[in-house]
Amino acid sequence: MRIFDPHIHMTSRTTDDYEAMHDAGVRAVVEPAFWLGQPRTSVGSFVDYFDGLLGWERFRAAQHGIAHHATIALNPKEANDPRCRGVLDLLPRYLEKDGVVAVGEVGFDSMTREEEDVFVRQLELAGEHDLPVLVHTPHRDKAAGTRRTLEIVAQVGIAPERVVVDHLNEVTVDVVDDAGCWAGFSVYPDTKMDEARMVRILQRRGLERVMINSAADWGRSDPLKTWRTGQTMLSAGFTEHDVDHVLWRNPVAFYGQSGRLLLDDVDAGADYAGNTLQRGEPLTPAAQG
Amino acid sequence: MTPDPAPTATRARLASGAEARLEELITEVRRDPGRLSRAVARAARVVGRGPGPDGHRVEDVARARLVAAAAEATGPAGASAVVEDAYRTGDADERRAVLLALPDLDLEAAALPLVEDALRTNDARLVAAAMGPYAAAHLPAEAWRHGVLKCLFVGIPLTAVADLEHRRDAELDRMVAAYAAEREAAGREVPAHARALLDRTPSNH
Repeated sequence: MRIFDPHIHMTSRTTDDYEAMHDAGVRAVVEPAFWLGQPRTSVGSFVDYFDGLLGWERFRAAQHGIAHHATIALNPKEANDPRCRGVLDLLPRYLEKDGVVAVGEVGFDSMTREEEDVFVRQLELAGEHDLPVLVHTPHRDKAAGTRRTLEIVAQVGIAPERVVVDHLNEVTVDVVDDAGCWAGFSVYPDTKMDEARMVRILQRRGLERVMINSAADWGRSDPLKTWRTGQTMLSAGFTEHDVDHVLWRNPVAFYGQSGRLLLDDVDAGADYAGNTLQRGEPLTPAAQG
Repeated sequence: MTPDPAPTATRARLASGAEARLEELITEVRRDPGRLSRAVARAARVVGRGPGPDGHRVEDVARARLVAAAAEATGPAGASAVVEDAYRTGDADERRAVLLALPDLDLEAAALPLVEDALRTNDARLVAAAMGPYAAAHLPAEAWRHGVLKCLFVGIPLTAVADLEHRRDAELDRMVAAYAAEREAAGREVPAHARALLDRTPSNH
């Protein structure tokens, strides 16, 4: 099984997770810029965070044979803090970087005016930088937030196939499908999808324009949920080709619209040898005598 | 017998198609050095990526030459600020290229803060680039010795350390021997490059 997890917060995960992910077949990830559990209070915090996504986290992933990409944005929660508004001025620089595959996570948290202004501005930036968009749907009042999200995407005029609307569920998937956007699902204990429900949705609506992620972060979550969903698909009668369609080819197709995927060095089959993704000095593992 | 060092990234030349694409970016940056940040961000996508001439990567050569072009176009008074900005606004690959360009930029010791910043990371790509000819020429002894130890810690072969045999001294050898002893006391492998250094007779003691 080769797996591309299109939404996972690796800054919150240890190298044990990278090892387990690689063993399960994960060879690529997209890590969206988001909130850290507690509000940031200055633009400088975001500079260091964004730099970490593009620097340290990409290196850490490479040491485990995984290609790491990022999305960059001012997330919905922190869009409400005037001290963080200056992050929007940083974006033109970051949206030109290698491996930045979308503007995201953007969207709504509490549906405030400030959130809407920042959401619209970032949709415009996505157009200016020719990048797709990763939209987070709110956890509170989700259905209403999803509908308002789709209205705004249509108003700004971004092509729907360049937008993924994430964290969907049974009551929000149809309206997103009808709008022509990609449907993102997070298989995440307690608060989002589970594997069995995910497979039922796939059986009902098919495998096109859908992405499945673990959204694993600092909460109670599991970076192997993509693999577990793939196993559940197989048990339900889907083929390995179907699993590859959803877990690999779909994220490649969606984020490939950015022209920024870094998959050239990915060996989606063989054992990790240590050097293929270093893109710098070859390392000498201590075990080599 | 030390082999001649390979040409630095700024002196390397790419295959003709890549050279042509790079020349376009260089022209843009010479005309307006303020465009450097955007040019290095886009360099790999525009020029190319992967193994290149003289053991360098194509994107490292492209970026290093862009930095050199912007520094030259700015002139001696402003070059250091241009180079620092390229480093600070760069992702890790872009920072690496800035470090690789330093030996050819005529900055004296002005760029040492960038080398020190790179040596403060655990990103092997940056640490290796930081211990090249610029650090060999300008990094004070204490910091340079710690840089060598850092290479051993993060698994960078000591062949990446420029002028190692020339700069090594009794104090470095003591630190490396202490590290080897610590590993042995823990029942762990001593990195091959540490062992090799200790086994080589120093040429300058």
